Amino acid sequence: MSIRLITALAAMTPIAAQAQSQLNLTQGVTEISQRVYDLHMTIFYICCVIGVVVFGAMFWSMIRHRKSKGRKPATFHENIKVEILWTIIPFLILIGMAIPATSTLIAMEDTSEADVTVLVTGSQWKWHYKYFDSDVEYFSLLATPRQQIENRLEKGENYLLEVDRPLVIPTDRKVRFLITSDDVIHSWWVPDFAVKKDANPGFINETWTQVDEPGIYRGQCAELCGKDHGFMPVVVIAKTPAEYDAWLAEQEEIQRKAKEEEQRLLAMSMDMDELMDLGEQVYLGSCAACHQASGEGIPGVFPALKGSPMALNDMNGHIDIVVNGKTGTSMQAFGNQLSLRELAAVITYERNAWGNDTGETVQASDVNAFMNE
Amino acid sequence: MSTVVGEMDQHDDHHHHAPSGITRWLFTTNHKDIGSMYLWFSFIMFLVGGSMAMVIRAELFQPGLQLVDPHFFNQMTTVHGLIMVFGAVMPAFTGLANWMIPMMIGAPDMALPRMNNWSFWILPFAFAILLASLFMEGGGPAFGWTFYAPLSTTYSSDSTALFVFSVHIMGISSIMGAINVIVTIMNMRAPGMSYMKMPLFVWTWFITAFLLIAVMPVLAGAVTMVLTDKYFGTSFFDAAGGGDPVMFQHIFWFFGHPEVYIMILPSFGIVSAIIPAFSRKRLFGYSSMVYATAAIAGLSFLVWAHHMFTTGMPVFAELFFMYCTMLISVPTGVKVFNWVATMWRGSISFETPMLFALAFVILFTIGGFSGLMLAITPVDFQYHDTYFVVAHFHYVLVSGAIFSIMAAAYYWLPKWTGHMYDEGLAKLHFWASLISVNVLFFPMHFAGLAGMPRRIPDYSVQFADINQIVSIGGFAFGLSQLIFLWLVIKCVKGGKKAPAKPWEGAEGLEWTVPSPAPYHTFDTPPEVK
Ligand code: HEC
Ligand code: HEM
Ligand SMILES: [Cu+2]
Ligand SMILES: [Cu+2]
Repeated sequence: MSIRLITALAAMTPIAAQAQSQLNLTQGVTEISQRVYDLHMTIFYICCVIGVVVFGAMFWSMIRHRKSKGRKPATFHENIKVEILWTIIPFLILIGMAIPATSTLIAMEDTSEADVTVLVTGSQWKWHYKYFDSDVEYFSLLATPRQQIENRLEKGENYLLEVDRPLVIPTDRKVRFLITSDDVIHSWWVPDFAVKKDANPGFINETWTQVDEPGIYRGQCAELCGKDHGFMPVVVIAKTPAEYDAWLAEQEEIQRKAKEEEQRLLAMSMDMDELMDLGEQVYLGSCAACHQASGEGIPGVFPALKGSPMALNDMNGHIDIVVNGKTGTSMQAFGNQLSLRELAAVITYERNAWGNDTGETVQASDVNAFMNE
Repeated sequence: MSTVVGEMDQHDDHHHHAPSGITRWLFTTNHKDIGSMYLWFSFIMFLVGGSMAMVIRAELFQPGLQLVDPHFFNQMTTVHGLIMVFGAVMPAFTGLANWMIPMMIGAPDMALPRMNNWSFWILPFAFAILLASLFMEGGGPAFGWTFYAPLSTTYSSDSTALFVFSVHIMGISSIMGAINVIVTIMNMRAPGMSYMKMPLFVWTWFITAFLLIAVMPVLAGAVTMVLTDKYFGTSFFDAAGGGDPVMFQHIFWFFGHPEVYIMILPSFGIVSAIIPAFSRKRLFGYSSMVYATAAIAGLSFLVWAHHMFTTGMPVFAELFFMYCTMLISVPTGVKVFNWVATMWRGSISFETPMLFALAFVILFTIGGFSGLMLAITPVDFQYHDTYFVVAHFHYVLVSGAIFSIMAAAYYWLPKWTGHMYDEGLAKLHFWASLISVNVLFFPMHFAGLAGMPRRIPDYSVQFADINQIVSIGGFAFGLSQLIFLWLVIKCVKGGKKAPAKPWEGAEGLEWTVPSPAPYHTFDTPPEVK
């Protein structure tokens, strides 16, 4: 298959999938999701048939057995035969339904013999993906601009369903997901795979998928996880195995280079303007969800950084809480989420924005020194 | 039996001239007064919880954030849920029980009248505390009415202690109400009123009361563990300290699933009184109705984990809970079939109580269908935590429980007030509610199937049209309930005089006393043949 064909396919599938799933469950792109869809339709039709019978009898009585038509009421009020019948028949229907449901469920829970394993970690409010048997790992954050959410810009086609770095998986391979969380419970859901599994802090859940068609598949967090629960989408790109392997190798290379680059940049210091520019960018991306763009936080929930004694006076404490977080609160450790430069920039930003004006800069080397202490 | 009645007589004597003004209501031990207070309280809570729903639907009218920030949105969904469950539906049923159970079994009052007073009067405090927490720094509870840990422990706002305290009070109130119902039914039936002669409303409440006593302490345990995890350093639900957050969900739903039946069994009783009355025909399959109710109550303890299929249970457990859940639809089906058979070849008329009861049967059944779909575990993975679930439980709770309460109110208003309600307004209320409730909740099924998660303040653009329709239905449903408020006030103030038995086909002891029912009824027990 030519690259162009694949990209064309990749571009079309989500639209096709969306168009057909407007009002009904998606059929998805895996064997399992197809089986789930079939089960859904079967049980739906069974309900329709029962509904027609029951509501039919009801409306028949309502129309035919009316007092205004001069009807005299009958006097029967029991019939053992009928009563046994309408206990047994639903029971048999349920058994008929339980059989395919059981076999599908057992297939869905069979996570053995996977070809690729990805560790998925939820945290407030982003996903982290780590590939086993490779060094590749990264965070995946909502990419929809704030202005669209606040109705200052027109909403895009994938509004709230787009991320900066999607998960990439190979097609035609059994991919196993190990799912956990760093803070509250989240739930990782991709409708097209019929995969939804809770991310429980301190425990690891397993699930799997095997995608047939390359494409972009979108889902969302499905468990209330705090303020921005509605803003942590899941995006998965399925690539052919060859492309996937190439992508993975490329990512390894990029991550290795970035580490080298980081060491090289340690020696260089940035001036205030550079730090503030980068810092603002990082702050809006990683911190504003809680501490708010204005730095004022949400009283009683997320502390204000504007005028905070820590941001004004306590430099070491400030670096410490950003790098290591604070256990038992929703302040996470950003030491492994951001690069040294980004950490330095965001700390500098917090110490100088919103009238904090300490005039102090923090350099990547300072953060590095702190981390190596 | 006769000694008990004798004692009650004496007890009533020094209340014969009830005090007037506010003290009448504060100190009353009269089941009718307390019933009325419960009913008014629940209606006020219905409006308060409803206005929160209006905030939710207004925010969801369009994609994007317009009116409220996500943190406040979460508080609205949480407090809306808590108020509707514990403040609207449950007290309404307790109010109906207070009014009707003594009159239905030929008793002069509830068995424990002082406790009755107390179980009502602590409720306003519980909800005042809950509502006050919204105004604290950091806001009120924002973790869903299901308050899953650790969102409700480590990650919740400081007001969580108030939430815990108010749930405790609600629980104590419910337990006292339930004890009262059980003691009354077991000890105060009129001579000849054997168990298998009791009206179904009495039977369903009897069973509900046992459910309440069994599970409210479990809820109390859950909130207490949340309290100690958050404030006293325990780790029941914190993996870092050796606990397990999923255990919270097991405990919560061990309460939560029976709780949903607590909110529907009394409805079954109401509808089983109204459908025969307006079909002018005896209820079909009385004894199978009783057994089906008991079966549902028993099974409701074996299905709790169907709310937790995605938490990662062993396959074996998933299968067990799937089978039990599917099984529960058998006795539920029996009930529906019995109602239909009652109507069959009856002589039906369509007064407002009947209209609400019929709507109940149809719409509750639709909720049962979606329940059956949700029971199928592999498909539940897709439905879970989407608007499909929201549609399901609103069909069983709003067009189920609430519609049955409306039906009950119309059915017994003439007995309570001594006046007939305005039939025109009532019909208007019915049709407005029926149409708007479906515009409100039916499209939610589609939103859920198409992939819209629940408890989100903003959604992707593909769901815009559906949400707009839903919101319009929501506003219309909210406004329609004001018709009911107006109608009830009008009916209390005056109207056509109601005869002792305003409904031709109605059966039961409550229709043997005059309308309005005198302050004291059945001082001497009636003879039941
Ligand atoms: C998920 C919410 C959340 C996010 C995202 C977040 N924080 Fe925090 N942050 C908190 C909370 C909660 C606290 C208070 C911790 C405590 O109880 O001491 C806090 C505390 C802090 C403090 C200490 C404030 C003081 O005066 O004590 C600093 C500094 C800080 N955060 C910086 C950051 C930076 C920088 C980022 C982004 C890289 C960030 N936070 C992202 C929730 C968050
Ligand atoms: C035929 C009978 C019923 C069946 C088979 C059934 C099944 C289910 C299932 C499987 C769920 C979990 C869905 C999910 O979260 O994925 C659920 C949710 C729910 N059901 Fe039912 N149900 C039935 C009747 C009722 C009744 C009678 C009520 C209440 C009057 C009710 C109230 C609820 C509520 C409130 C929830 C959602 C709880 C939450 O997550 O907040 N259900 N039901
Ligand atoms: Cu979430
Ligand atoms: Cu349940």
